[in-house]
Amino acid sequence: METILLLAHTEPDGLLGKPALEALAAALALGGELTVGLVGGAAQLAANQIAGCGAARFLAVTGEPYTQSRYATDAAAAEALCRKAGAALVLAPATSRWARALPGVAHRLGGRVDTHATNLAIEDGAPAATRWFYRQRMEAVLTRSERPWVVLLDSGCNPAWSGPAGTAPVEAVAAEAPPTRTTVTGVQAPKADEQTIRPDAKLLFVAGAGWTKKQPDGGMHGAEAETLILGFLRAAKASLGGSKSLVDLSGEGQAVLRFMTHLNQIGQTGATPRHPKGLSTCCHGEEPHVVGWRFVNQRRAINLDPNCGWARGKADVLYVADAFEVMRHVNKLLGPPG
Amino acid sequence: MSTPLQIVVCGSIVPDPLQTLEPVAGAAAPSLKNEMMLPAILDPWAAHALYEAAHLAQKTPGSKVWLVSLGPKAKLQQVMMTVAQKVPFELVALDGSASGFSDSFATAAALAGAIAAIPGLDPSKLLLFGGWESASRGAGSTLQMVGERLGIAEQFQGVDQIAFREDGSFEVLERIEGGRHQVSVCTAPPAVLGWATGHLPEPRNNPQVGMANMRAILPALQRAKAAPLAAAGLRFHSVSLPKQQRQTRVVKNMPAEEIAREIVAWIGEE
Ligand SMILES: Cc1cc2nc3c(=O)[nH]c(=O)nc-3n(C[C@H](O)[C@H](O)[C@H](O)COP(=O)(O)OP(=O)(O)OC[C@H]3O[C@@H](n4cnc5c(N)ncnc54)[C@H](O)[C@@H]3O)c2cc1C
Repeated sequence: METILLLAHTEPDGLLGKPALEALAAALALGGELTVGLVGGAAQLAANQIAGCGAARFLAVTGEPYTQSRYATDAAAAEALCRKAGAALVLAPATSRWARALPGVAHRLGGRVDTHATNLAIEDGAPAATRWFYRQRMEAVLTRSERPWVVLLDSGCNPAWSGPAGTAPVEAVAAEAPPTRTTVTGVQAPKADEQTIRPDAKLLFVAGAGWTKKQPDGGMHGAEAETLILGFLRAAKASLGGSKSLVDLSGEGQAVLRFMTHLNQIGQTGATPRHPKGLSTCCHGEEPHVVGWRFVNQRRAINLDPNCGWARGKADVLYVADAFEVMRHVNKLLGPPG
Repeated sequence: MSTPLQIVVCGSIVPDPLQTLEPVAGAAAPSLKNEMMLPAILDPWAAHALYEAAHLAQKTPGSKVWLVSLGPKAKLQQVMMTVAQKVPFELVALDGSASGFSDSFATAAALAGAIAAIPGLDPSKLLLFGGWESASRGAGSTLQMVGERLGIAEQFQGVDQIAFREDGSFEVLERIEGGRHQVSVCTAPPAVLGWATGHLPEPRNNPQVGMANMRAILPALQRAKAAPLAAAGLRFHSVSLPKQQRQTRVVKNMPAEEIAREIVAWIGEE
């Protein structure tokens, strides 16, 4: 097996996050000699966290410029680590930080890059990556002869590495921070009680445009929809997804469901989150939406229309019913949020 | 903000998402069954990039927007008939594969070459736009490599907003984990911005804009150079459709309360 470099950046607490530990497990499973390359303000805490992983070396580029997620500095750090390690295969978790920086690094190294890999395994003696094409519509297994080959692994596809912490010897790698015209000024997040996107939730709750449409009684019930959905999210600790039709309505200033933004959109031009279960409500289940459910294992839907997309093999169970009524009862059963 | 902007949007065509896609194995790389017959659209996130570019250009007199597209010429022409009606831009076309199975490395080389050859483009003023991921390869790796080839190291991905300030600097909102945005300030172009959805709705068709655009688009298509994409060491071992067709249990006439109990029990299962 060829030599492997695992690239990981530290999180604000100085440790490695779950995606990095998953990528570490994937790297170890390949069986080649492993170097860990760390980027961050400091690296010792992170190296110690995985001291027992069996890596041959721990390299690190550290310093103030590397505390921030920014293309110029991240690319410089990753490039320096790749050059120092000289590994044939470079693995990294597909965090927003690495997804931004590493394709450019592959280019600088004269290598190639593949992103959103869901698996990396040895086939016929060589590493082969599995990834989806055409927005999760088809899955391919591919290899490359160019090296270095940078592969970004999607989170949620591998169990995270766990093992003994310790004290790891960290070799500092010098990387001159490049001049940059970009300053990271902060993070914009919804207020804690409006945070509806929870990547680690067991359940994805999807709301479709039906919540905002005229109902059988002839009226529209946006306010109740909002109360029911928020009540459910709190009680079930679910993550909220939306159909394009619904989030577009919010974007056009029709404040139907005020907490819905494009970030909630699931599907072709939205997200493809990973959750063990998903419950779709008032959403028709059209193909451009359902491709975003590729990694949601168990799926149920509530829709008034027995011929909606979900009925055609896209959900395990379709309840032909009024979602307002059902969710009122569901919320009652779940009780007030604790 | 009054300095005119030069915005190049990289965007190609993809099959209409309502179409059923089926892969077919090929000697070099897979392709889609009846690929040339499938109706196509402008790649959605690249389309958002184009609308955002046009919006910025409109607010800043003297600005210009180019759309650089690598795709089969005949299909590009079909798609341009619609896209041309949306916003003003000048097309730079490259005749080649828009397949998701082509290599982003080769695509980036072709795009960077075409951008570098645009007459009158000042690389120091360039804003390089595109979708943060395509709906074909879905890799999110092309723009970074185009940026590298053009020497631009101020790069942003998953962009939902750009706001110029009086001094010519601009603030960018990029999508990060957990439904949040990272906020950055860049002092000036050049920069690369890979767009997510942004904030603008799809513009209505405007036949006048369409006519003005088409006068230059047709010659641009005629001029389109062939751009063969080498995939040197890339080998596809398999490509397949997901097997998961579920046996949907359709539940009719169950009282809402009973459905609720079933759902709550299901949520609680490990
Ligand atoms: C280029 C392109 C990209 C796209 N990308 C995406 C994408 O990323 N994500 C996405 O979601 N879509 C996407 N679409 C759009 C997609 O094709 C559909 O138009 C969209 O998903 C429909 O949303 P919907 O099901 O919420 O709304 P509708 O189609 O309006 O469906 C509403 C549903 O609500 C049901 N309903 C109404 N009232 C109730 C009630 N009381 N109880 C139960 N059910 C009720 C109705 O029966 C109906 O099925 C894309 C389309 C294109 C062309």
